[in-house]
Amino acid sequence: MSMKSLHDTKLMFIRNMQHTLRSPVFVFASMFQPLMYLLLFMPLLKGLGAVPGFSQGITVEIFIPGLLVLQALFGTAFVGFSLIDDIRSGVIERFLVSPVNRPAILLGRVLRDAVVLLLQCILITLVAIPFGLTVNIYGFLLSLLLYALIGITMASISYGFALIFKIEDPLAPTLNTITLPLSLLSGIILPLAFAPLWLLDLSKINPFSYTVNAARALFAGNFHSLGILEGFVVIIVLAILVFLWALRSLEKMAS
Amino acid sequence: MIGDLVIETKGLRKTFISKERGAKKVVEAVKGIDLTVKKGEIYGFLGPNGAGKSTTQKMLSTLLCPTGGEAKVLGYDLAKQQQQIRQNVGCVSQAGGADLYSTGVQNLVLQAQLYGIDALTAKKYAAEFVERLQMSTFIERPAQSYSGGQKRRLDIALGMIHHPQLLLLDEPTSGLDPQSRAYLWGEIKKLKADGITIFLTTQYMDEADKLCDTIAIIDNGKIIVTGTPEELKSSVGGDTIVFSFPSEETARNAETSLKEKLQVERIQTVENSVHLTIKDGEKKMPDLLRMLDAKNLEAQTVTLSRPSLDDVFLKYTGRSLREDVAK
Repeated sequence: MSMKSLHDTKLMFIRNMQHTLRSPVFVFASMFQPLMYLLLFMPLLKGLGAVPGFSQGITVEIFIPGLLVLQALFGTAFVGFSLIDDIRSGVIERFLVSPVNRPAILLGRVLRDAVVLLLQCILITLVAIPFGLTVNIYGFLLSLLLYALIGITMASISYGFALIFKIEDPLAPTLNTITLPLSLLSGIILPLAFAPLWLLDLSKINPFSYTVNAARALFAGNFHSLGILEGFVVIIVLAILVFLWALRSLEKMAS
Repeated sequence: MIGDLVIETKGLRKTFISKERGAKKVVEAVKGIDLTVKKGEIYGFLGPNGAGKSTTQKMLSTLLCPTGGEAKVLGYDLAKQQQQIRQNVGCVSQAGGADLYSTGVQNLVLQAQLYGIDALTAKKYAAEFVERLQMSTFIERPAQSYSGGQKRRLDIALGMIHHPQLLLLDEPTSGLDPQSRAYLWGEIKKLKADGITIFLTTQYMDEADKLCDTIAIIDNGKIIVTGTPEELKSSVGGDTIVFSFPSEETARNAETSLKEKLQVERIQTVENSVHLTIKDGEKKMPDLLRMLDAKNLEAQTVTLSRPSLDDVFLKYTGRSLREDVAK
């Protein structure tokens, strides 16, 4: 990265962060879903210990990392709407005719989204501690990087479609169509250990399955688990690919 | 040095390909445009909606890639030196481009920084423009609360904050109230006085007439005619002068005596008034009045109407621009 692209990314990051800080209520509002799962759904899981096959029940240590991946998926999936606002008011066009580094226009946004997401992940984890969560601190810190990469991936997908559609109407259904199967097929809420074979096979082509496995291994402090490496490799490659795709959509706006 | 020409295009074209129900549809938005914009002038691109004005402006600002032809902007090649063009040209699009959730000051400072100006200087420049465009009463509020005229002032300040040599304005007064329009016209003239070259698109004839040194009339992706407003209007024919007299008899006498002395294109008495079409009516008016005076034929009222740019548009396209705008 050149000095100019760093400088421009910083400007864009600050600009987008200012927008977020202007209405901080949304940072908390988008945490509503995971908090509801934590408060209203997790207690059900304890009872599952009595069901054959769930010998140990589903512990908080398994549930919370999945919940954070869920937050990473859904919390950032809809950031594209803010970009449509900027397209409509001519802001993006103004940036494109300025000498600003073009990747910085998107990078400043996805990095903001990643920072907001990390704040949410930390808060959710803190809330989960009274529920008996014990976590390996180094594993937890490393898992934050994983969530940030998931957030960057989802935000890039969201921005890519926003740049293609340029209007709100098709954006929400498109993003839901992508996010819902990704979350169901990654064993976020319930581990896929009991899934029928076909579902298991499907989950293997879902990149987010690997990130959920990696997050669980990190929470448990199993640093020797191959799943951690797999999870990081998959999400890094994916994040780069979708970011480049979103960047291409931005360049296409000016062609 | 760029010499005298700030914009020079040859055969600039833009074709859009849109897909409608699977079938490819080719839209030729701009069909080969040659234009030359001289340093320090206000160049007006006048035409109805969909004529290709904005598309041309977007090509010149490097936002859109031309399909064909070539162009130099400030001496830089549009195809190869886009970054230099972006750095030295100011643009104000039709949408404006102010970030509505940020304050005017935040908008201005960020914009300056995007052009590589350091934060301290950016704040100084922002303050200068706030004062210059009289924005201090509202500039600390988020831009979404601005009136149309206030927002337009911010848009223009955003386009000018890095002190470009060339400013591209896309329909700068579209949808504004008459007061705001007049104010902006004044500001645009001041920019010209500062030596900035301005390329503006407009669908308003009065705007082109009042502001521009050179006008190109564009219709259906092509430039139809180029010239100064005066040249264009005098190409239509003469001015119309109407003298009104106390009685029809006096009017008839006046007609007779004016006919004797003058080469007029057309002269006609209607009730108490004499209507005549004459070239350079403005210059000939004092003579005409003296002539009538000498014969003791005192006119009660005199009106001179010049051909408008609408007459020009009508002459070259066979359509009225007003009708097109109304559509």
